[in-house]
Amino acid sequence: MDKNEDSAKGITRRGLMQAGGGLAVAGLAASFPAPFVQAARTFKIGFVSPRTGPLAVFAEPDDFTLAQVRKVVAQGVKVGGKVVPVEVIYKDSQSNSNRAAEVASELILKDGVDLLVAASTPATTNPVADQAELNGVPCVTTDTPWQPHFFGRGGDPKTGFVWTNHFFWGLEDIIGSFTNLWEQIPTSKTVGALWPNDPDGNAWGDAKMGFPPVLAKKGFKLVDKGRYQSPADDFSSYIIDFKGKGVDIVTGVVPPPDFANFWSQAGQQGLKPKIVTAAKASEFPAAIAAFGDRAENLSVEVWWSPAYPFHSGMTGQSSAELAKAYTEATGRPWTMPLAFKHALFEVALDGLRRSDGPGNPEALRDALKATNYASVVGRVDFATGPVPNVSKTPLSSGQWQRRGKGLELVVVENSQAPMVPLQAKLKPIV
Amino acid sequence: MVDWINTVLQGLLLGGLYALFATGLSLSFGIMRLVNIAHGDMIVLAAYLAYAVVTHFGINPFVALLLIVPAMAAWGYVLQRVVLSRSLTGSILTPLMVTLGLSIITQNVLVSVFSADSRAIPAGGVETAAVPLGGGVTLGLYPLIVMATAIGVIVGLQLLLGRTELGRAFRATSDDQETAQLMGIDNRLLYGLAMAIAMGIVGLAGVYLGIRANFDPSAGPSHLIYAFEAVVIGGLGSLWGTLAGGMILGVSQSIGFRLDPGWGILASHLAFLAVLVLKPNGLFPRTRDR
Repeated sequence: MDKNEDSAKGITRRGLMQAGGGLAVAGLAASFPAPFVQAARTFKIGFVSPRTGPLAVFAEPDDFTLAQVRKVVAQGVKVGGKVVPVEVIYKDSQSNSNRAAEVASELILKDGVDLLVAASTPATTNPVADQAELNGVPCVTTDTPWQPHFFGRGGDPKTGFVWTNHFFWGLEDIIGSFTNLWEQIPTSKTVGALWPNDPDGNAWGDAKMGFPPVLAKKGFKLVDKGRYQSPADDFSSYIIDFKGKGVDIVTGVVPPPDFANFWSQAGQQGLKPKIVTAAKASEFPAAIAAFGDRAENLSVEVWWSPAYPFHSGMTGQSSAELAKAYTEATGRPWTMPLAFKHALFEVALDGLRRSDGPGNPEALRDALKATNYASVVGRVDFATGPVPNVSKTPLSSGQWQRRGKGLELVVVENSQAPMVPLQAKLKPIV
Repeated sequence: MVDWINTVLQGLLLGGLYALFATGLSLSFGIMRLVNIAHGDMIVLAAYLAYAVVTHFGINPFVALLLIVPAMAAWGYVLQRVVLSRSLTGSILTPLMVTLGLSIITQNVLVSVFSADSRAIPAGGVETAAVPLGGGVTLGLYPLIVMATAIGVIVGLQLLLGRTELGRAFRATSDDQETAQLMGIDNRLLYGLAMAIAMGIVGLAGVYLGIRANFDPSAGPSHLIYAFEAVVIGGLGSLWGTLAGGMILGVSQSIGFRLDPGWGILASHLAFLAVLVLKPNGLFPRTRDR
């Protein structure tokens, strides 16, 4: 019906605008004849990130980071004497791994990107890297522990991958850091585990590769009821067990709603652990704010914080300056993915500078492989990792301690990353 | 032994929350045969409204109920008259599709307005207060409040349906819509009122959800499934049955959890399947229903 009306009128507003736009572009092209030296082709970076959906909290710094990057590349990037214009194309994975693969292949096949970058959990980085590997496009990813990224994609530690590189910490760092953290104050040395039945929970609770063997070696007793199905509304049976067995330390890799349930019910039913180290649930300031005063002295792993002694090679900012600029621009507290998003583009632009510019993916691939770069999250060097194509960044542990009116995440444990300065000592919750 | 008593009691109280989630659904299905896929998202919407009101004005969330419940009821009335009534064309599929669309729209609007951060409604300590019963059994004050509210809501609805003229009209429309219309009942107005009541209860459930745990825009669908199961276990149209259904879900879940954490949620779904196999109409179906 609408269509008929449109065609009956002959010219629609939209049609006219499109025609006008086309004319204007054609006019511009005609009035500027080709310069003597043909301008370099634009270097296109495709960026996949979970902007919407359950993982969106990871993508919160994206707009800020993109604005920073676009400012840096506004005048183009110098590659071997030529100035190359750089464009970043941003696509939403909708927190869904199928969708992430779809937009990655769209970026490769339709937009013809020269480089793919992606961040935030295996649901984003794995499908994007797989598409890049399949289509022979250079790729850098971050913000997924390296084991689920490398082994989750069927990586062979002998040969590695051809086109894809990844930087982040690994499970061994978090196990080392947490167990050292728990030795800081006297407890019953009995650890209660909240590990859900998901890739993270299964990896952490794995009898060979996860926490259990290290805890046994260090003399901790483990109360592990098994993997629970998330989301769960009721943690009474855990609480009854933890109380009965004298658990002083509660740990886990718990989605925020599950942890909120557990922590309220622990209050209702009188479970008072001295240390609660819950990854995932207490990594983000917004999630911490939702717990109110009950978040005080919760502990968590720290991938990066303003205390990290590194500088950005892209903007020259120190960790503290980057965090401050973010808070000033957005009015929100710093969050850990901020620095990793920043570093992702640092590594990408560094690779571009050492490459042959757009149109030569092999040169860019080799340049990225040879990366040895001091980023705001530490040195990135894909040759030094535990497996090929992986570079590890330093991980510490922190605690949400009261500073003035609010809670602040301060570094309290640095055994796995001695270059990170300690800011405080671990305090017991009660 | 004490542990088992504790487990069952905690499960019963969890059932109160599920019943509160399910009552609105039970009502809209019982009266209008409307399967509202967006029910869980409406609960989350109410939680966000309450969050905005509570943090903006700094009032107690139980006081905020005075605002949220009427607001959600009004929203329910408008939604029914403007959108849902057009979808009740006799085919069961149309309202399903319409409410599915509503669910997707609600989630995305919530993301763009409130961002994807998880939130909780601060209630000033009531959420962690404990009521020691002696003998090692401690119940949370808040789950007890939830249970009391669920029972209060169901008693109130039973009185409304059983003792008032409006309730009689509801029941008549539920039993036979055409005949009720012949008797001079304006079923569009009636449906609007039914949805208003259902959404008012959803408002209540949303505030209670927001105090109990934290929520984010995508949290709705996972609450929908328990609401559905509680309604089906209890038998369509039976409100006390819905409460019983919620409790059966809660108890089977906490017993399953006690045996093995992997079985917790599976156990409540198995209980649901068992009821479907043994009593396909639910435990307390109202024989007046078609």
